[in-house]
Amino acid sequence: MNAIKFLYAAYIVTWLIHVLYIGTIVHRFSRLRREMKEFKRK
Amino acid sequence: MKRAFPILAIVTAVLLAYALYQALVVAPTDAQQGDVYRIIYYHVPSAWTAFLLFFINFIASVRYLADGKPSTRQAAKWIAVAVGVAGAVAAFVIPLPGGIRPSAIATTVLAIPVFYFLLGKYFPGEKLDVLAVTTAEVGVVFCTIVLVTGPIWARPVWGIWWAPGDIRLTSTLVLWLIYVSYLILRRFSDSAQTQKLAAALAVFGALDVPLVYFSIWFFRTQHPQPVIGGGGSMDPKMLDVLMISWTAFLFFAFLVCWSRYRLEILRREVEQAHAMQSLSGADSSVSISSPAVSTRGSQ
Amino acid sequence: MNSLWSVTLATLAKDIRLEWRSKDALNSMLFFSLLVVVIFSFSFDPLAEESRRIAGGLIWVAILFAAVVALNQTWARELRNQVLDAYRVSPAPANALFLAKALGNFIFVSVLEALMAPLFIVFYNLRAVGPAWQLIPIALLGTWALVVNGTFFAAMSIRTRSREIMLPLLLFPVSIPAVIGMVAGTTAILTGDDPAHFWIILLLTYDVVFTTACLALFETVLQAE
Repeated sequence: MNAIKFLYAAYIVTWLIHVLYIGTIVHRFSRLRREMKEFKRK
Repeated sequence: MKRAFPILAIVTAVLLAYALYQALVVAPTDAQQGDVYRIIYYHVPSAWTAFLLFFINFIASVRYLADGKPSTRQAAKWIAVAVGVAGAVAAFVIPLPGGIRPSAIATTVLAIPVFYFLLGKYFPGEKLDVLAVTTAEVGVVFCTIVLVTGPIWARPVWGIWWAPGDIRLTSTLVLWLIYVSYLILRRFSDSAQTQKLAAALAVFGALDVPLVYFSIWFFRTQHPQPVIGGGGSMDPKMLDVLMISWTAFLFFAFLVCWSRYRLEILRREVEQAHAMQSLSGADSSVSISSPAVSTRGSQ
Repeated sequence: MNSLWSVTLATLAKDIRLEWRSKDALNSMLFFSLLVVVIFSFSFDPLAEESRRIAGGLIWVAILFAAVVALNQTWARELRNQVLDAYRVSPAPANALFLAKALGNFIFVSVLEALMAPLFIVFYNLRAVGPAWQLIPIALLGTWALVVNGTFFAAMSIRTRSREIMLPLLLFPVSIPAVIGMVAGTTAILTGDDPAHFWIILLLTYDVVFTTACLALFETVLQAE
């Protein structure tokens, strides 16, 4: 059953990459929204 | 429009869960490979999604370049139609190397004018470029997954991580390299025309891919190599699960692209606000509501 | 068409004259090529049985890296003296400038190859089993493949941060089919195992496709400052 480890690894890595990427989008979004709010205040 | 996103997200989550269930439980076990083969239900849909995204990027890049000048704008539309028709005919007339079906080529080539007109209609002007950067980035993410899951699949089944002569994996690697260089160019370029340069690079990349495919294909006919992923037909039950999985990932890719698209629009608005602030002085009120993305008129 | 060629040749003649007078780049590049060959000969033992099998790959990788160093200099002089601005407002066709630069690079890299190839033959005791004359079209087509895209991407890299690294970064992925063609073709001729015809046709196709693309899109790149 050693081969099953590879199956789980593949599925986990896939979602890891997706989550990381979505995380960067969320992070950039929040940073830009903050900048926008500062502009509107000025 | 804004409410559609959470609804779509829930639908997508359900689809992905359903696809996972299908892939791990419902799909039959492969006679030769055992259960490891189920990687295919993530590997192949990711590849098809990446190719679709890069295809959209290519069409958007060409349209963006062509729409820049009135002279090329009209000509490009005719060329797009001509390419579609000629290519579809050629696919059935010209003998193709083994493993490639004429109908697949014809569909791809006919998609060129279809997408050309659709993208031009729904993403006018600068929005084409926003679409280009979105599909390039998300495409690279999906392509990375293909290149990571491929070797993870190959190792237990064929005993090797990588086969340099494997035509699909190697072509995918080159595609990944081209689009990573595309993203780096966009990030490092300080020119006012970065977008056009990036579009030109996308065109070069698209021209390159068939050449890569043929060069590796011929290399393999001279030096037989192990074929990862096998060829040939698939158990129809497995094909069904593959399609379910692809549908789920398409929904997911759409959501990610939509988010990235909105992010890029916001980023350009902030950039525009910065620019207007430095132009008009730091203490004057700046109108943020001016559109950062406007349809490009004749220049 | 007439003005295209006359401007091209005039620009090319100017570049060659300038290069010949200073000989800076030429001398340092020649020495660099020699160094590359020597380093390779230490890294890959030329006495081994497989040397003929891998020599094709070694030669072209060495040429590729030497060519990148040469290509990075393509637009340096123009940048220093604001020649590109002058060119943009002149009625001269943009493609003439591109062709002149590409041809200049082609001549330059060919000179480097003419130096490196005999050195490789000597260090690796090479002898072509197949038809050696076919190496000439492979060398010509392969060099043009590297140079035409290299000149184009060098122009693209002008206004980027880390200009020197941007050129190979853009050039290498797109050049992969050409590199496969050059290496496989050279190996086929050296080992005599297979015919090199397909590789020559591949290189020819590659050259036609990308020369057309470069000529079509160079105007865009020239305006991009």
